[in-house]
Formats: sequence, structure tokens, C-alpha cells
Amino acid sequence: MALYKLQINGRSYQADVEPDTPLLWVLRDNLGLVGTKYGCGIAQCGACTVHINGEATRSCVLPVSAIGTSKVVTIEGLSAEGNHPVQQAWDEVDVPQCGYCQAGQIMTAAAFLKKNPKPNNEEIDAAMSGNICRCGTYHRIREAVKVASNKPAK
Amino acid sequence: MKLAASAGGGLLLGFNWLSANATPPAVVDEATAAAGNLDFNSYLSIATDGTITILSPNPEVGQGIKTAFPIIVAEELDVDWTKVKVVQAPLDTTKFERQVAGGSGSIPHSWDRLRQAGATARLMLMEAAANRWKVPASEITTDKGVVMHKGSGRKLSYGELAQDAAKLTAPKDVKLKDAKDYKLIGQSIKNVDNKPILTGQPLFGIDFHREGMLYAMVQHPSAFGMKIKSVDASAAKAMPGIVDVVQFKNNVAVVGKSTWQVKKAREALKVEYEKDGDLESTSDHNRIFTELMDSPNATVRRKDGDVEAAFKKAAKVVKSEYQCPFLPHSPMEPMNFFAHVRPDGVELVGPTQTPERARNETAKLLGISPDKVTVEMTRMGGGFGRRLAADYVLDAVEVSNLVKAPVKMIWTREDDMNGGNYRPSVRYRFEAALDAQGNMIGYKLRGVGINAGNPTREDNFPSGAVDNLLIDSFDHKSPITTGPWRAPITNFLAFAEQSFLDEVAQAAGKDPIQFRLDLLEKAKKSPAGEVKYDADRMIAVTKLAAEKAGWGKKKGVHQGFSLYFSHRSYVAQIGEVAMQKGKPVVKKIYAAADCGVVINQSGARQQIMGGIVDGMGHAMYGNMTFKNGAPEQENFNTYKLIRLNEIPEIDVFFVDNGIAPTGLGEPALPPTGAAVANALFKATNKRLRNQPFVEEDAYKSIL
Repeated sequence: MALYKLQINGRSYQADVEPDTPLLWVLRDNLGLVGTKYGCGIAQCGACTVHINGEATRSCVLPVSAIGTSKVVTIEGLSAEGNHPVQQAWDEVDVPQCGYCQAGQIMTAAAFLKKNPKPNNEEIDAAMSGNICRCGTYHRIREAVKVASNKPAK
Repeated sequence: MKLAASAGGGLLLGFNWLSANATPPAVVDEATAAAGNLDFNSYLSIATDGTITILSPNPEVGQGIKTAFPIIVAEELDVDWTKVKVVQAPLDTTKFERQVAGGSGSIPHSWDRLRQAGATARLMLMEAAANRWKVPASEITTDKGVVMHKGSGRKLSYGELAQDAAKLTAPKDVKLKDAKDYKLIGQSIKNVDNKPILTGQPLFGIDFHREGMLYAMVQHPSAFGMKIKSVDASAAKAMPGIVDVVQFKNNVAVVGKSTWQVKKAREALKVEYEKDGDLESTSDHNRIFTELMDSPNATVRRKDGDVEAAFKKAAKVVKSEYQCPFLPHSPMEPMNFFAHVRPDGVELVGPTQTPERARNETAKLLGISPDKVTVEMTRMGGGFGRRLAADYVLDAVEVSNLVKAPVKMIWTREDDMNGGNYRPSVRYRFEAALDAQGNMIGYKLRGVGINAGNPTREDNFPSGAVDNLLIDSFDHKSPITTGPWRAPITNFLAFAEQSFLDEVAQAAGKDPIQFRLDLLEKAKKSPAGEVKYDADRMIAVTKLAAEKAGWGKKKGVHQGFSLYFSHRSYVAQIGEVAMQKGKPVVKKIYAAADCGVVINQSGARQQIMGGIVDGMGHAMYGNMTFKNGAPEQENFNTYKLIRLNEIPEIDVFFVDNGIAPTGLGEPALPPTGAAVANALFKATNKRLRNQPFVEEDAYKSIL
């Protein structure tokens, strides 16, 4: 066990865990930030996507010991009031069915739009195809990314 | 779990589970009931401050029932939707019937009950106002949560009348609204849980937390047909955070203080297994199918006319076989449950499609009365039928019972994919006899399955439309466990049947749609045996799909048709394939659905779109194979699910006929495989008969 200090959603946290513990489980089990979801544990489904220094990253395969001073943002910290343009777009388009994958989808979309604010359809498809939605809300995810790209950036 | 102050500056949160982000998922509790809420019936209470709380009794698995049910109550109650608070009810068999998410059955079961609940409460509020104002109830109207008397201009909100109204005797046989007066039903209404979903609030079973609870993972046998020979848990027990290792039946559970610690310790278990039954491989199943296909001992499911005579005099016979593999359900949230077995009773919290089964199986396991078991349902990260079983609930119960502590039991993705209860593997043989005019005068279907029960649906179309028909089946009993998988049996049967009918239409030299319409007309005019579907509704969705897709009128695309009635709803689909650089690409699927009244346009449309994506994805890619009883795929790297860049465009249309509503969780999935395969056939002349398509030589040859 070792003590890790983590910068998450603009706040400092610390957790006493084994160095190989994936960030996902530190968030969920130690810090109570359960919005980041477990789906596969091998970086295949994207349910665990968070931002590390602004980059969309799979937290299920990221050992806590590798984070250092990097800034972590989770779905809980994407916006203060749940009103990030991507979250707004997801609501307007009424994307979720079961909702389980959507935090990861939103985190992927938010990081993508930051880099590419006016993407074309092919770019959206390429960016969003790493995240699985078992309910099949893909049409609405695609539409919501477009809707978000037409909102003023926060 | 409190964290110490940070030495390095900045704000460090003293984290407390009770006050921080991860409060337990919302369920009804005493506090809610005590906040001035007045119960009008099982479904609804009105607070003196005007808050309308509508309980949704059925489990929410992504089918949108937590939004659809309250819409129906609110419609008849006549309230402002934005003032409605929706709460998931726990299992309560004294208040509710059929708290199940399965079979697309919630809406047809509850349509009248929910409307009555809303309408009854509205009448009581009107009566309370009439009493207070001393005017006849007939002069009173309502609008958006306000009771009005037009003659005097007086108004009172539901909240102001709630106390008086709740004391009145509930009227019986209340008149329900005319469909033309609906304000909510038929609108596009958003998922009531959007806000917590989109901000990452705790909602799902896996998010549940109870102070002092332990985490558990269970190691199940490595293959179907194996049992435990010996367990050496010494290394696992010595690992950090591990509280105990316990054994029950053929399972070993590692219990500890965090998910990661128990996962790692489980990897350190040394468990030896030995053979306990047949260790079957996929190659064995293929051989068994071939043997059973010609077995004389099949169970006859339906027999009309003289099928042998019809085949003897046939001008042409068409015969084909179709086969599907096992499929895991793969909900994004793997199986998990919270259980606390106490001396005085059991508390269960988690994702279940059948809370009553969870309760009853728990009671049976522990030898206690079911009324000692409480079940709270969390939102589910999908289910697709997997959570109709209670095996994973019992994993949690067993562990909590053994370690005498509250336990959250979690399956990894690998556990989930290898945990059985699969969609059964099935092979079908279809035979059709055509007369010289191309009429189908005889039809035979044999279904052979592995733990599939009856793999046919003997009364489904074209039964009733063919004079001489024989449908029979044979089931092979296997150690590989199976269970309902979204649109059980029909998820593949529809593909096979609708592909075969395309083959028959082609052999008869007829247009595939006209061929089916002719059969449906026959089922109406001179039915053969019982007809257990509504041929007119089949015809209506067929014509709507054909009209919207411009069937047979488009250049540059190849169209394939498919039609299916399942779970009380009717769906026709037309797939469109275009050739791009010499390769066929599925560009679009048109869907025409008849589920009667559409409760929520947004939810209903997405159920159809999601069902089509699901149907196409599993038809294309889904493949679970076995080697000596062990599943050969265990996670999404080797078991492929469809992704966003692989979906076709989808257009959805509803038949507007005002018939009482039926469900949509399943009916859009069954027709999709054939809409795709029939269009691919049109484009390439290659017939796909087995799933997944990507493993078919015919498919490999066109890509």
C-alpha cells in the first residue's frame, strides 16, 4: 500500500492503495466517484473514460502510480451544474437508454470536441467508435456530438 | 472512510460516503413517505406543496419504463409533467403485480391499471373541490394540476386539495380520457433519469455503497461440466485487504475491502476442477444438430392438413438449414448485487429484472420466509434477459451469509461473459412445397436446440397461411446453461424464417413482399388451423414499410424485406444495400412498427433503433464458441459488439391505429437479421444462412 495524492475535478484527494490499482477502482471504491463505470477492464469498451490532462483516457488500465501530478477530470467534474455543452446536447437529444455507458461516451466526446470543435461526420464516427453502447444509442450519440459542436464552447 | 488533511496545500475533501457523491441510489424510503405526501393509491402521492410523486414499480433496464409508466399516470391525473417526481418503487407484492422487466409485457399489463390510478385520483381531487365549493362535481374541470370551477372562477391546486381528497373513498369504474384529449401520451418525453445519468450520479447496482460493506468476487467453474476437486486459498488469503475466502457449491468467493484487492487475490486462488458431466465443444454441437435433424423422436408442435401428401404432389421443393451460435447477453453493467443477510432478515439491493424471483430464491436458499427478504431495484446497465435469472443474486446472498457481513458481489466482464444463461444455439431446417403456380402448399420446420426448450414458435406466421404444415422440435440437454435473451427464440427464428420465405418467394418467381401479402390474405380468407396473429396488422406494417422505403422503385440500392410479430407488436423492416467499390454496404433500414398507442415518441423510437442495432450487431458478429465445455470468448477483445461506425441509417414509422399499447423492448430486434441478409442477397446473390455473418464463407466472398 502507498499513499497517492490525486488532483481530481480541481480538488485534492488522497488514497492509500496498492500501486497497480487502476484509477477506475480508486475513483469508485476509495473516493466515491462512481460516475466512471466498469465495463470490461481491458480498455475495450470506453465506459471508464476520464480526462487526464485533457486527454480521454481509459481509467480501467491506468495504474494509480502512473498518474503523478496529472489533472484528472471525471464525469462528476466535467461541469459544476451538469451543463457542459456535451451534457446539454445529450439531454436535448435524449440519448440514454440504460445510461450505463453514457458517462464514458460524454467524456470521449468532450475531449474530442475540445480538440476538434467543428468535426465532420467521419471524424465523429472515428472518435466515438471506441465506446460501446450495448443498447444501441449510436444514432443519438452521433447526433448529440453534432448538436454539442454547434453550441458555444464553455 | 475519512481522508486525512492534505499536507501539500489545496483543498482536500474529507470524504464521507454518507455525505459525498455516492449516496445510495434513490429508492423509496420512510423519509419520502413522511414529507407531507398523501398516498392516493399504490402508484401516486400528492404532497401539500403540490409535488406529485409517481412510483414506477417495474425494473428499469433501459427499456424506458420508468419514464413511460409515469407518463400514463400523469396523463389521466392531468398534471404538469415538469412537477412530477418519479421514484423507483421497491418490490412490494401487496401493492403491485408483475414487477418484471421481460417479454415486452409491462405496458400491456399495466396500461389500464396506470390510467385508472391517475384518473381515480383526479376524480377524488375534483370531488374534494366540489365539496369545498359546494358545487356539483360535473361543473368542475382540471388542467395541469389545478382544479377549476368555471362558473365562479375558483381554482385550487392539487396540493391544496390533497388532504381532503385523500380521505375520500376511491371511486370505481372511472371514465378514462379519449385518446384525442391526450396531452402527454404520444409526445416526445425525455428519460426521467437523464440528469443523474449525464452527471454521473449513483444510480446503478454497481454504484451502491453501504458503510462497512465488503467486496466479493466469485470464481465459478472454469468450464460447463466441471466441479471443484480441491481449493488452496492460502496465497489468496494472505494478500492485502482480504478478509476471507469462502466456498459454496462449486464456487469460491474472495471477500475483501476493495474490488481490486479481491480481483487480484482471486487470481492467486489455486482451484483444481474435475469432470462432472459432458465437456462439450462447438464441434460436438454441430454433430449433435446433424444427428437430431433426422431423429424420428421429435416433439410435434403443430400439424395442419396432410404435409406428406403436399410434398409428394409438389411441383417444386425448397429446403434450407439455418444455424445460430450461443450468445452472452453482455449488458454493459456486469452482474452484481448487494446482500446483507442478518439474523432477522435479508436486505437485497441491485439490478434485477425479476425482484420477486430474487426474493423467492433467496428465501428458498436460506430456508426462510420470503417476507423476511426486502428487494430494492436500482437502475440497470442493461439486462437483455440476463437479469431474469437470480444466480448472481444468490452469489451475493451466499457470501453475505457465510461471512456474516453486508457484501457487494461483482462479476468481472469475464465472469459475466462466461457465466452461462446464454441464448441457446439452434439449427433449423425449413422445407416448402410449391405447386405449379408457385403457391406454398406445404411447409415443414424442424428446430433442434441445445437447452432451448421449444426452439420453434409454432403459431407464428406462416402458420395459419399454409394448408399442410408440420412444425416439430428436438432439444439436446447440455451442461451449458441457457436462458432468455432479448426476444427469446425469435431473435434468431425470425431471421431464419424470413430469410427462408425470401428463398421460397424467389423459387416461386414472386416479389418477396407480394408473396407474404398473398399468404396473409389466405390466412384471413381461408385460414389453415388457428391464426394467432392479426393478419391485417401484419399487412398494415408491410404496406407502410414498402411505401416509406419506396419498395422496388429505387435505383442503385438493393432492398430486402422482413416482417415479424412477436411479443404482441408488429414490425416490418426493409434493409437497403448499396455496392461501394464492389463491396456491399448496408446503408439503411426502414422500420414500420405497430405497437398500438405510442406512449412516448422519444423512448419508442429509440427502442426500435436500438433493437435494430442490436439485431444487426449480433447477426453480423455475435459468436460464443466452446472447447471442452469452456467458453472461448471472455471479453470484448474476442467477442465483438457492433460499434458506432458500423450502423446503418434507420428510419422509424409507427402505424397510428389507437389500439391499446403493447411493448417495444423486443419486437424490433427479430426482423432485422433477415432485412439485412435479404438485401445482401439481392445485391450479391449470396445467401447468408448462419450467424454470425462474418464467419460465413458467403459473406467472406463478398467482402
